[in-house]
Amino acid sequence: MTDRTVAVLAGGLSHEREVSLRSGRRVAGALRSSGVSVFEWDVDANLVERLRAERPDAVVIALHGGEGENGAVQAVLELLDVPFVGTPAPACRRVWDKPTAKSELRIAGLDTPDWVALPHATFRALGARAVLDAMVERLGLPLMLKPDQGGSALGAQVVTTIDDLPSAMVSCLAYCDTVLAERFVDGTEVAVSVVEIDDEPRVLPPVGVEPLGGVYDYTARYTPGNTAFHCPAPLDPDLLARVQDVALSAHRLLGLRDLSRTDAIVDRDGNVQILELNVSPGLTDTSLLPTAAAAAGLDLGDLFASLVERAVDRA
Amino acid sequence: MPVPPPTVPDPYDISTAAAAAAAAPTGRFARRTAGMTASEIRALFAVASRPEVVSLAGGMPNLAALPLDTLAAEVGQLVASEGQTALQYGSAQGTPALREQICEVMRLEGIDADPEDVVVTVGSQMALDLITRIYCDPGDVVLAEGPSYVGALGSFAAYQARVVHVAMDAHGLVPQYLRNALESLARQGITPKFLYTIPNFHNPAGVTLAVERRTEILEICVSHGVAVVEDNPYGLLGFSGTVYPALRSFDRDVVYLGSFSKTFASGLRVGWALVPPAVRDRMVLAAESATLCPPTFNQMIVSRYLQTQDWRSQVKTFTEAYRERRDAMLAALETHLPPGCSWNVPDGGFYVWLTVPEGVDTKAMLPRAVTARVAYASGTGFYADGFGSRQLRLSYCYPTPERIEEGVRRLAGVLGAELDVMRTFGVPARTPRLRSGPDAPSPDTA
Repeated sequence: MTDRTVAVLAGGLSHEREVSLRSGRRVAGALRSSGVSVFEWDVDANLVERLRAERPDAVVIALHGGEGENGAVQAVLELLDVPFVGTPAPACRRVWDKPTAKSELRIAGLDTPDWVALPHATFRALGARAVLDAMVERLGLPLMLKPDQGGSALGAQVVTTIDDLPSAMVSCLAYCDTVLAERFVDGTEVAVSVVEIDDEPRVLPPVGVEPLGGVYDYTARYTPGNTAFHCPAPLDPDLLARVQDVALSAHRLLGLRDLSRTDAIVDRDGNVQILELNVSPGLTDTSLLPTAAAAAGLDLGDLFASLVERAVDRA
Repeated sequence: MPVPPPTVPDPYDISTAAAAAAAAPTGRFARRTAGMTASEIRALFAVASRPEVVSLAGGMPNLAALPLDTLAAEVGQLVASEGQTALQYGSAQGTPALREQICEVMRLEGIDADPEDVVVTVGSQMALDLITRIYCDPGDVVLAEGPSYVGALGSFAAYQARVVHVAMDAHGLVPQYLRNALESLARQGITPKFLYTIPNFHNPAGVTLAVERRTEILEICVSHGVAVVEDNPYGLLGFSGTVYPALRSFDRDVVYLGSFSKTFASGLRVGWALVPPAVRDRMVLAAESATLCPPTFNQMIVSRYLQTQDWRSQVKTFTEAYRERRDAMLAALETHLPPGCSWNVPDGGFYVWLTVPEGVDTKAMLPRAVTARVAYASGTGFYADGFGSRQLRLSYCYPTPERIEEGVRRLAGVLGAELDVMRTFGVPARTPRLRSGPDAPSPDTA
């Protein structure tokens, strides 16, 4: 038992609200089972008032998408001197914007699929057809389209023909103002979680992701049984070690703290290509960090309780 | 050499759908659960429950006008005086008193019914489930208006029935299209198990079946040996005060589904089916296996309400509130929506069915709407075959007139932005996309 009181923030108004509520419930339950007192708060206009009134020892952010991952909530917590589990606001901002994160990874020599990120305004100003043609010429088909910000694969789609590209762009731009187009990489999809225990980042066993329908979209992610998870991922030991090294390097490079998840693809040549990083990884029943933690013999409640202690000690 | 005439696709050809159903993956779970998956679209509706969002998506009745203090006293008295009965198991068919009263309610629509043929259910949704369970084997065909009620489509899918939609016009289901569908199916060797129809203030289309079409539709179904299931939750909610004669009033073989969700309280989950004697015993046994019995307590609350309150005046109060909201929505649509949109003018019920400019995919546009803090139900959720992408359903039942105006104003902005992006990419009209997972909100997404 501890005498800590923690506020778990979940919900909010992002497109990922539903997943976030599930993550919040899961982590709150896990913390309670480890003896921590927990408030579960749906983030709204009363947040600051609640924080001031209830004075939790620390905050656990189970928000996905929007203000929970772009550094906004983190910045408010920093303003209020409320300890929180997770990455500081400036680093959240860098990771949240996928093109920015990819640029930093590439500059540091880490692999990430070739990409171009363009706002709607650019297509409008320069003529969509010409820009799309150039995009396909450079990145080839199939092409991965995704919003430049956001998670849970919302708005992400594989485009296989140039004729499908315009309507796919419209669908993607319903989620965002800027589309990230990536070269499609075929290979083994892996998720690698890093947690900081006793001041040392620890890389958890990589989880191999095998969506039974072939595409790891929203339905595959959140319908139990629709995706096979293999932990550790079905890679030879050298590759597994390399995947873990890459995730740790990315975690350090981008200034991530306490916990992170790196999503990557091991291509047919054995290259580890980072797709994206998450400062607030999913914690639902079908999420990857809890799977990896369990495989490493870590109890989710104890893990978060120790992260709470780290957050409190930092204050 | 003579050129063969071009092949015109038969809109009622279901061979493709049959192949798709047969190819659905199996595994640990039953094939009938293949569509019961997490859905990107349903996930977005989680945001719609927040007060910052104007939800025009759900179908929650407006209960604000109910006399709650009076009801509280009545319920208290019920527990005090009849608690031993109210809190006990009851008959699978429902309490005799309520079944008598249900017959009185149905008399308003010209139905002459025997309480023995009434089966009380947990909302009319359960009646739909039971009827489908009784009539349909996997692969059987059900006819339904296009679009149709999403909850019915869910029940049909759960029993692996295939749905063939029959189009409507401003006067409801079109008899000639019904004939066409039946003839096409007959050529394929198929007799549908039943026609599922919502004749009054249709959900989602908002239209009402013209009285002169009612007997014609019954005759067509009878001549093809097809049963008729009439779902009528909104029949007493007409704005002009007109109560249309139920299909069941013309033909005792019609299965009639009714509900107190819209005329009293949806949370009590009390509905019913009036079924022909040949169906009744199966229905009761099916009900017993599903729930043992409908909640006695809730049935007795409804009974007491019907007995002690002026429930018809209450329905009038509800209806006046809905008319005010309908008017607010129509005015807002007229003021704010861009050219190329069209909508019906419902004369009752909860819904406006909106057609947006060509090429707009209302399902794909929903994330933009949620970002703009307005929610609607995309038309695709109301079709079993992927159509409806150019339509959406707007509910005016729950938000206040002011919120409706604000919601439509936001929706207009969303449509403008979507059209702007479409112009950039020169997106043409789309072909319907079939995706797994339910696309429509649950009714409480308000």
